[in-house]
Amino acid sequence: MEIFRVKQDIPFMKYSRLSAVISIIIFVLSASSLSIKGLNFGIDFTGGTIMEVSYPEGIDVQDIRDTLKSINLEDSQVQNFGTETDVLIRLPLKEGQSIADLSEKVSSALKLDNNSMEVRRVESVGAQVGEELYTNGALAILFVCLGIVLYLAMRFEWRFAIAAIVANMHDVIIILGFFSLFQWEFNLTVLAAVLAVLGYSVNESVVVFDRVRENFRKSSMRNLSVSKIMNNAITRTMSRTIMTHLSTQTVVVSMLIFGGEILHNFALALTIGILFGIYSSIMVGCPMAMWLGTSRKDLAVNVAENSKKSTE
Amino acid sequence: MNPQPNQFSRWKYIIIITSVLLSLIYTLPNFYGEAPALQIMSIKSGDKIDTSVLKSIEKALKNSNININKLIIEDIGIKLKLKSVEDQLKAKKLIQDVIGDSYVVALNLLPNSPNWLTNIGALPMHLGLDLRGGVHFLMQLDMAKAKDSSVDNLLITIRKELQKEKIPYFGSRKTDDSLHIKFKNELDREKAKDVFMSLGSGREIKVKRITKKTLAYEFTETNSDNEFMLSVKPNAYTNEDTQTLAIKQNLETLNNRINELGVAEPVIQQQGADRIVVQLPGVQDTAKAKEIIGRTAMLEMRMVEDNPELFDLAIAGKVPTGLELFNDRNGQPVLLRKKVVLTGERIIDAGPSVDSQTKRSVVSITLDSVGANIFKEVTRNNVGKRIALILIEKKETEVVTAPVIKSEIGGGRVQITGMDNAQEATDIALLLRAGSLATPMEIVEERTVGPSMGKDNIDRGVKSTIWGFMAIIVMMAVYYMGFGLVSVIALSVNLIFLVALLSIIQATLTLPGIAAIALTLGMAIDANVLINERIRDEIRNGNTPQASISIGYEKAWGTLLDSNMTTMIAGLALFVFGSGPIKGFAVVLILGILTSMYSAIWVSRGIVNYIYGNRRTIDKLSIGEIFKVNNN
Repeated sequence: MEIFRVKQDIPFMKYSRLSAVISIIIFVLSASSLSIKGLNFGIDFTGGTIMEVSYPEGIDVQDIRDTLKSINLEDSQVQNFGTETDVLIRLPLKEGQSIADLSEKVSSALKLDNNSMEVRRVESVGAQVGEELYTNGALAILFVCLGIVLYLAMRFEWRFAIAAIVANMHDVIIILGFFSLFQWEFNLTVLAAVLAVLGYSVNESVVVFDRVRENFRKSSMRNLSVSKIMNNAITRTMSRTIMTHLSTQTVVVSMLIFGGEILHNFALALTIGILFGIYSSIMVGCPMAMWLGTSRKDLAVNVAENSKKSTE
Repeated sequence: MNPQPNQFSRWKYIIIITSVLLSLIYTLPNFYGEAPALQIMSIKSGDKIDTSVLKSIEKALKNSNININKLIIEDIGIKLKLKSVEDQLKAKKLIQDVIGDSYVVALNLLPNSPNWLTNIGALPMHLGLDLRGGVHFLMQLDMAKAKDSSVDNLLITIRKELQKEKIPYFGSRKTDDSLHIKFKNELDREKAKDVFMSLGSGREIKVKRITKKTLAYEFTETNSDNEFMLSVKPNAYTNEDTQTLAIKQNLETLNNRINELGVAEPVIQQQGADRIVVQLPGVQDTAKAKEIIGRTAMLEMRMVEDNPELFDLAIAGKVPTGLELFNDRNGQPVLLRKKVVLTGERIIDAGPSVDSQTKRSVVSITLDSVGANIFKEVTRNNVGKRIALILIEKKETEVVTAPVIKSEIGGGRVQITGMDNAQEATDIALLLRAGSLATPMEIVEERTVGPSMGKDNIDRGVKSTIWGFMAIIVMMAVYYMGFGLVSVIALSVNLIFLVALLSIIQATLTLPGIAAIALTLGMAIDANVLINERIRDEIRNGNTPQASISIGYEKAWGTLLDSNMTTMIAGLALFVFGSGPIKGFAVVLILGILTSMYSAIWVSRGIVNYIYGNRRTIDKLSIGEIFKVNNN
């Protein structure tokens, strides 16, 4: 089976202006959503407590709200979680209240009402720890970007490195934009997904750039323009791009279906990252490298030596 | 070009087959899973379990129809493997009743795999708290308090030393982080400085290859009319030592306390300069765990000031210097001297008992030799006066009891009365025995996962992986035919490698970790896709099948290296900056990249070479239909 039966190279670069406009629009939308709505940070970053409790016979969340009110926790959020029997309680951070006591207070109060209640999960993060997780998360993203730029600059050249990281950040901003727009909860696992996307999506750019470099060095393509060379590289790697993303996405879909609530947002972030990763590596990375002025001589330095070798 | 480009030498096949077989063996234990078990240890660490105790345990279980599947006798105690969780819980209660409080019965899990696997060190992966259930605490130490009390201690010590050395001083006090001592003349002050120098050892540091000894304190001298003041402040090194010591003592205390709590395989580790991580797998009673761990109880003995005038003054709100007002358990105020006679550090043993005369619950404690001496001296000099025992817990101080000293008490055996009931005596004894904390701690992060949740999480993770994997198999086989099947085999081998590696390094598997396994499988297919596409490309370019295989693998290698390196960078960042489950995700990601490269470059190539390598002529490669392109 071969899905991509393209006779001629697809003139991707011709549409680079259009894709630039699309990208800028998406970017502006994401950025403005981020600046207006911001991210709905989970307690990993803000501090606070979430409790997942379950009642075998199901329960009215209003009862739980009333109980919480009776112990002066009216500012907590209570909602059903997945099924009728599972309830998620969010308790904000309070000055002077030890997080260890808080969850015990809630669970003993709820147990008193209904003894069949089971605490399935408690996550409590203090304000300072939350701040540190936030800083560490930001540092991790920065570190990954720098690492990738340095590596690519070394293996290719700086223009490709910049282009790859722009394509990459493009994906990250879009993931963040989605999470901001829909106010999905952004927690540590989602951050892990974002970082995984950073590492994964750059693969894409690397594979295409690898072809571009190879094409530059091919004697048969010596007379082609940069944009034609890029078109060829992208077209030749299309099949691989789609297959790889499809298989990764298959796994992610399986996570979306079976992974439960904890992996849900993780898989969601990956899905956005993978889908836009395809687009960005083709329509962002390559045009970017072209506009930065990548030319044959930057990458084909070894051509002379190579051809010498082959004649030997 | 090499006439037979697609042949692997025999040793390469030997390496591949050996690595696959070894991985299979080390993967096996994970399929057997773990069985519920009980671990029985003596409270005094290091003590063995008597055979008589063992007999009574076996008898008790037999009477209740609980079968012991396996009995393991170790130096530190015994482990019983049981059939079900119900049996485990029932047996725990039974055994605890039979053997009493001097032993700890902890819930545990033991690998179910056959002995030969366990003997060669093939163990299943550790399950993280989110898969197994349990609690995770991050505790923050109050270092300001630790420094403060170290200055307090210094003041007490220096007073004693100055007395011993007969150096006269008038007035000594503490402000924030410094001590101030007044002397009559400069000579005395110099002598006092020497005493200080002998107290703190300072630290040896190397400056430009010359070893220099730093001082432990900073001295400031101020003179006024006939007053020669010496101000002493611990310097940065000393403060650092104070912190290290505080963490060490708190770790030790936590270890003792958690031992008594009866948790199998707890994790108690320092994190950063002033934090401690505590992980208790399988613990369900979080309230009890928090109470025992989070208790910042510190024990102090101080003299009671019974002077009625001073007492009235204190009640009126003007507490005289050197005294403090506290409440006792009945809410009655008690005036205590600030000077601490003894602290909980001096206690070697404590246990609940019943007073032979009053028949009331008491706690008997045994002091170490230094403590015994101090206590003897204090009781001798203060017959007829009251000594108070106070517990400082969560910044609240409570006078537990304040009995009258009837006579000198030697030998270091002390009874604390004033317990409400036997349970309280047991709790306080446990607290005292387990030692006191150097400085209070607060829980700043808690993650608790209930047992049903853990099971669900395993289920979710495994299902995601299996279904994702199946879908990929179908896709690859349909799209790349024979080469697709080779990729699927390489991918399966990759999964086995990954699980084997994780089992060998005894990594802790978390839900994000399982997600990472699934994700690396999805990403590992990239290597195979790249290779297969390259081979198709070469065929399109008109190369012979043999040459296409060889060039395809060769060209794919460079690309693979670059793309995997960048993912590796992301994995490393996650490992360095991530915490808890995220670290687990990173470990799997990093190992997954390594195994996927090995399985794509070696294993899949090996299979392809085995199939095609020896053929002189190949009409067609089974790599799916290849669409010919008009080449530029």
